[in-house]
Amino acid sequence: MKLNTLLASAAMALGLATGAMADDPTKVGFVYVGPVGDGGWTYEHDQGRKAVEAAFGDKVETVFVESVAEGPDSERVMTQMALEGADLIFTTSFGYMDPTINVAKKFPNVKFEHATGYKRADNVSTYSARFYEGRAVQGTIAGHMTESNVIGYIGSFPIPEVIRGINAAYIHAKKVNPDVEFKIVWAFTWFDPAKEADAAKVLIEQGADVILQHTDSTAPQAAAQAAGNVVTFGQASDMAEYGPFPRVSSIIDNWAPYYVARTKAVMDGTWSSVDTWDGIAPGMVGIGEISDAVPAEVKAEALALKDAIAAGEYFPFTGPLKKQDGSDWLAEGETADDGTLAGMNFFVEGLTGDIPQ
Amino acid sequence: MIGLERRPQPSRAWSMATPLVAVLATMLAGGLLFAALGKDPVEAIRTIFWEPLFGEFSFYYRPQLVVKGAPLVLIAIGLSLGFKAGIWNIGAEGQYIVGALTGAAVGLAFYPLESVFVFPLMVLAGAFGGWAWAMIPAILKTRFGTNEILVSLMLVYVAEQLLASMSLGLLKNPEGYGFPGSRNLQHYDSAHNAELIAGSGMHWGAAAALIAVIFAYVLMNRHMTGFHIRLTGEAPRAARFAGVSPTRLVLFCLGMSGALAGLAGLFEVSGPAGVVSIDFNVGYGFTAIIVAFLGRLHPVGILLAGALMALTYIGGDIAQSNLGLPSAAIQVFQGMLLFFLLAFDVLTNFRIRLGAGEVA
Repeated sequence: MKLNTLLASAAMALGLATGAMADDPTKVGFVYVGPVGDGGWTYEHDQGRKAVEAAFGDKVETVFVESVAEGPDSERVMTQMALEGADLIFTTSFGYMDPTINVAKKFPNVKFEHATGYKRADNVSTYSARFYEGRAVQGTIAGHMTESNVIGYIGSFPIPEVIRGINAAYIHAKKVNPDVEFKIVWAFTWFDPAKEADAAKVLIEQGADVILQHTDSTAPQAAAQAAGNVVTFGQASDMAEYGPFPRVSSIIDNWAPYYVARTKAVMDGTWSSVDTWDGIAPGMVGIGEISDAVPAEVKAEALALKDAIAAGEYFPFTGPLKKQDGSDWLAEGETADDGTLAGMNFFVEGLTGDIPQ
Repeated sequence: MIGLERRPQPSRAWSMATPLVAVLATMLAGGLLFAALGKDPVEAIRTIFWEPLFGEFSFYYRPQLVVKGAPLVLIAIGLSLGFKAGIWNIGAEGQYIVGALTGAAVGLAFYPLESVFVFPLMVLAGAFGGWAWAMIPAILKTRFGTNEILVSLMLVYVAEQLLASMSLGLLKNPEGYGFPGSRNLQHYDSAHNAELIAGSGMHWGAAAALIAVIFAYVLMNRHMTGFHIRLTGEAPRAARFAGVSPTRLVLFCLGMSGALAGLAGLFEVSGPAGVVSIDFNVGYGFTAIIVAFLGRLHPVGILLAGALMALTYIGGDIAQSNLGLPSAAIQVFQGMLLFFLLAFDVLTNFRIRLGAGEVA
């Protein structure tokens, strides 16, 4: 309790100091799980940070710490940012959830934004992206592009986020190509170029000619390029340097609009705790340029699907759908609710293999 | 010509001085690196070494030094026993993971029962887990003559897979919406390794680290086992003549270091970390090797070295945030510390000869 009081009074003193100087810039902190140069997840969060700087110029000051382990280290880094006068802190990895809540308790005047988690408080918001919408578009292209009818999928961790992506991609690949088969390799990492390259090679050896990845490095792209006839999609970042082939499209995390809006809310004093789960429509999920390696009619179909999702006319998880074990999940025309999607821990019918436990 | 000449006796003065010289050389070379990155080197070094100890927010950072340093010291003390005897446990990271798993599993098995017996049982389970994991290379070495360096190191990767499996399966929080990771032990009073004095950073792990330092000091200087360890390291043949059993020594040293690493894991998972998660381990087991050598394998030296390493971690994060130094530069900086230590260590056993000399 003593430390809490100390921290709180320190925060209060800083708060008062901030109030006294009206033209003091709003300080925004970012805690990253990987290096900013990973070309994937953390890179895109850092692009969001730069967008905040570009949008507000001198009125804002941003700080970041990269490669922060998800435990007491992250708690310390957040506390440090709050002590140094941050007004808003983005914590950009699921594993920062409990530390974010702990630190937020000690600094009631600092606003926190936690990516991909489910715990909120008066000064803690959560935000995440509906990447599965992008997976639906990706699955459509993949189903058309495969000739061997084997699609390889590099999973990171068997968590709902990743399982949702596999299901969405599979449902839509199957829709355009009933013979399609998915082979899934679990890499148990978000970013490890060596492991990702190995996973890609294994999948290619097993006959996959399309590789989807839920890991962040470009190693699978390089492996596909070396193989010569394998299609890939950029993940988290556009990975355009591997276009127009093997990379034929991508799912891009675009955090910039959200980060700018939330920073603005803090500046205006209108910030409140919310749970944001945005998709293609508001621009949080971007579909990277579909290259000319994709036939025109496939491209048109994919873009039409994207527009239908954005317009809210089509929902990627629409019945009839069964679970892998053959039990009913969604009836004809029924759509999955957010609660089920958020905690999705099962494969849909047709996928083979078990989810690791 | 500059040559190296072997000293008749290792220099005690240099043995004591090299860590300090290494720190100074790291500051110099690190300063050059930071300057090359366009940062003010003096400000960067000051931020790393001064800010956590005496800066504006040192009231928060000083306890954090204890939190960060305690597992390093606890593991390094265990490692130093074996290292002195020439028994190389490189797999403390794995023993740390397994200790955390067994300890947390015991705690979670009792959830939500509140009892004073839960935490002591977890401590025993944590020590046992680490000990048992270290017994694998120990028994393979004594029975089949395998290399304990390789076996203990490879078992780290096995332990990491075990950790992932536990986070996703057996120990997964049933109320965690399908996300990996266990219940948070910080929210389970009987299993929570809370701070002994609020705001001090002192938790049971820090207390255990201090006890381990004293225990190791007494063992090495006042006890027959300590003498056997030193004798085996310095003169293995003499040790055999003196009746030291290599088998028992291997079992003791690996078992001890495993148990201490397991304890460190248990205290971490039940305290500062709180949850068993896929990314629970952050490399304490490997960093502790640096700490053990930086501390000259001496208990008091390890205590100081642990504090120094903790300082560079905490100061490094502050430098990242306040000065915009990339994390890779901080890691290079920490790596230099071991590099310079090993480099200057040459001077303990050799002296530099200037002028025309024969090559030593």
